[in-house]
Amino acid sequence: MVILFILLPFILLLILNLPFKFLNARVASFLSAVLFLTQVFSVLVHSWLHWSNQALILGQFFKFSLVLDPLALVMLLTIGIVVFISLLVARSTLTTEKRYFNFINLLLVSFIGMNATVLIADIFSLYVFVEITAVAVFVLMAIEKNRFAIEGTFKYLVLSMIASIFILTALAFFLMACGETSFTGIHNAFLAGANIILLNFAAALFLCGLFIKCGIVPFHGWVPDAYSEAQSAVSVLLAGVVTKITGVYVLMRLFISVFVLKGNFGNVIMLFGVISIVFAALAAFNQNNIKRMLSYSSISQVGYIILAIGCATPLAILGAVLHFFNHAISKSLLFVNAAVLEKKFGSTDISIITGLGNQLPVTSATSLVGLLSTAGIPPFIGFWSKLIIIIALFTAHRFVYGGIALLTSILTLAYFLYMERNVFFIKTQEPGQDKERVPFGLKFCEILLAAIIVGAGLGLPFILNSQILRGFLRS
Amino acid sequence: MITLDLILLSILLLFVIWTVMTVRLVHAVVGLALTSAILAVIIYRLNSPLAAVFELSVCSGLISVIFITTVSFTQRISKERFIIRRRERLLRFLYLPFIIIVAGWLLIKYLRIPQFSLPSAASVTDARLVLWHLRHLDLLGQVIILIAGVFGVVVFFKETNK
Repeated sequence: MVILFILLPFILLLILNLPFKFLNARVASFLSAVLFLTQVFSVLVHSWLHWSNQALILGQFFKFSLVLDPLALVMLLTIGIVVFISLLVARSTLTTEKRYFNFINLLLVSFIGMNATVLIADIFSLYVFVEITAVAVFVLMAIEKNRFAIEGTFKYLVLSMIASIFILTALAFFLMACGETSFTGIHNAFLAGANIILLNFAAALFLCGLFIKCGIVPFHGWVPDAYSEAQSAVSVLLAGVVTKITGVYVLMRLFISVFVLKGNFGNVIMLFGVISIVFAALAAFNQNNIKRMLSYSSISQVGYIILAIGCATPLAILGAVLHFFNHAISKSLLFVNAAVLEKKFGSTDISIITGLGNQLPVTSATSLVGLLSTAGIPPFIGFWSKLIIIIALFTAHRFVYGGIALLTSILTLAYFLYMERNVFFIKTQEPGQDKERVPFGLKFCEILLAAIIVGAGLGLPFILNSQILRGFLRS
Repeated sequence: MITLDLILLSILLLFVIWTVMTVRLVHAVVGLALTSAILAVIIYRLNSPLAAVFELSVCSGLISVIFITTVSFTQRISKERFIIRRRERLLRFLYLPFIIIVAGWLLIKYLRIPQFSLPSAASVTDARLVLWHLRHLDLLGQVIILIAGVFGVVVFFKETNK
């Protein structure tokens, strides 16, 4: 049944492009929303997913080897939520119906790409679907065709191609050393220990490519431009899941369950993680544009996940997965808040839009939830994920890394409160220029994401006890 | 035979440099086509005739045609700007030969490739069998990426024409 996560969106993509007049943007939007929500609910009630593909006779035609483990379930859940939110944001922010229809189609392509990336158990197919996601997102980023968005896309494209060169070279070495590209084959080759120099070299090349895809320091050049200049719905998608799935998830999957690395690999990953955390948090302070500040914050938060992956104890991995989920949801929320400001005032510059707390109570309240969760304040989910990561670092005797992670949380809180104070809390003499009313769709997204952050934070004991995370800890 | 490989690689390097350094777009496309052609010969010599055919037909043939079609829509650069651009480009990449020589010297002097006991290449030589029986998920991927490409063309070009 797992195969449906790839086939259903593909079939929907084909249906939407049949030459029938009734298949317009509205119908496409409805069907896609149903599909994304179905993914969310099917992950939450996931026992039926383990049925064999033969149950639908699909297994006879599609003999893909896919893996559905607890890690994949968390990723599918996150993808479902963020893609749904991105769809709603696009409905309210894209300028024409035709563009919205094209957006939905490309969103479905990236959705297939991300789902397949999560489920695949072959390193070459993984690369193919990572590229599919990237190609769809390149087009999505420039969908409104403004000059700056195209510049951001171009930077992303060039750096992504450099990452691809690293990854493809690594793939060639893996194929050379193992004779195949399945996860099991590569894992067994690492365990066997023959050609270990070649395998380690390939893993290092792969790591370089993934660091660019993750957008962590010093490979972050494309992230602020890409996130801040893209259309709001695409910013949500990019910051919420795309870079996380194509970079962070792949790193998590390969370096935890496929590669068997000894020596200093963990330390190198942790070092890059901690550099990202600190540098990006400091850089966020200097930003006057909310979207650019959020971009740097995103780099910093990805640093936490990378740090936890490098630590590689079961607790650290649990922290990494929880922080992945937290970061995807809270960053999506903050980018939706930015979309509201952009929609209403035509700008996200902190010096232009100030003192909006009274005009935008929902945005003000939900942005507070998002930033407190990102900074790691209880009782939100971000608090638990950061706490678990820091405890994991201390228990693994990584005191310096743990200390830096802890202190940078305060820095995160500081720059977010600076933004919140200027944009929402300051009392201004003149009200900001009112451009448009905030559409209900955007308000709904804000409330939904804030509810997930609060609900997941308060209900963490239940979540930890859920089948998905219990399975995760067991595995 | 190693001498022939070295000659081929050197020619490849020359074509690559020419592709990057030339100012005229048509020359760059021709450089790319020649690079692909030499690469196809190298791939053929590495016992992968099918990959060589793909490289020659797609990269050297099809892509060059698409590029030249696109270039035909652009305006030819004036003689004065051509001279200025050429000088700028030469100055910008003045260090390139130096880096190539130093890197080559370092590789020859210090690189010691360890001996590996590599598994033999897969015995299935029929590409159709590989594609349909072993890699059909990648085939699905190819179809999806084509669809993404079509939407890219629609978004970037069709809307503009309207």
